[in-house]
Amino acid sequence: MEPNKAKMAEHFINAIPHCKALNMRLTDIGAGKAEMELPYDDKIVGDPETGVLHGGAVSALMDTCCGAAAMCHPSSPSGTATIDLRIDYMRAATPGQNVRTKAECYHITRSVAFVRATAFDDDDSRPVATATGAFTVQRK
Amino acid sequence: MPRPRPEPVQVVKQRRDAALSALVHGVPYINFLGIEFERRGDELTAILPFDDKLIGNPLLPAIHGGVTAGFLETTAVIGLAWSGLWDDIESGQISLESLTEGHLPRLPKTIDFTVDYLRSGLPRDAYARARVNRSGRRYASVHVEAWQDQRDVLFAQATGHFLMPSKDD
Repeated sequence: MEPNKAKMAEHFINAIPHCKALNMRLTDIGAGKAEMELPYDDKIVGDPETGVLHGGAVSALMDTCCGAAAMCHPSSPSGTATIDLRIDYMRAATPGQNVRTKAECYHITRSVAFVRATAFDDDDSRPVATATGAFTVQRK
Repeated sequence: MPRPRPEPVQVVKQRRDAALSALVHGVPYINFLGIEFERRGDELTAILPFDDKLIGNPLLPAIHGGVTAGFLETTAVIGLAWSGLWDDIESGQISLESLTEGHLPRLPKTIDFTVDYLRSGLPRDAYARARVNRSGRRYASVHVEAWQDQRDVLFAQATGHFLMPSKDD
């Protein structure tokens, strides 16, 4: 992928108010792949008794990361929107740990980008969640 | 045998509203998004008041897909927990005191959640209602619909499966 496209995608992610509100970071991007991180924060806890993060915050992370992967695919012209996204929750993310996700656009047509993603906490061997989604490909 | 005299309406309403408020306001993420619930009898409507921090596409602008997913998941979980607690709230088995002290009932856990994005979420308030299609001892299936200005024009819908909290917890 051209470096200017990576810059553009990174700029776009950083300009998203909701991602800023959650302090999300784009840690890597290129050729249909993206990696992002969501810092642990008390304000996005879903279970106050255990301190486990809410699924919605993980959804936002995975949705953004999948969108970034779709956008930076070499045959994607630019913008994208989610058509559908399914998230499977394998286990609770460990309280206090950041959630990291890797997304990959594994197939793209003229109108649809197919993306999957996996999320982890500090333990790389056991995924926290996986996601699969379809995204729009904007015509030029 | 004469039926027992019904409880005064304020007593019933107070207990129901306290149970709902404890369920909703005990979760930090729900407060972070600003979601509130309106109750008519046992029917709940979730409300997501628009806020700039919910924006996912600043050019349109549109609500972030993750916010929509979180809003629908919250509507599903609270709706499911609510329908499960209803009998205990009505019978008074769940007391107002224990709820206001913050003894929250365990919430169902999401197994999977699929969101269908039908149109972009506009920068205005959104509403959602959940329907529990099946609720067994261990698993439940819930469908959620979300709209903005017109009830019949959905901007998103979702289906999710949930693990019910075990009774001995």
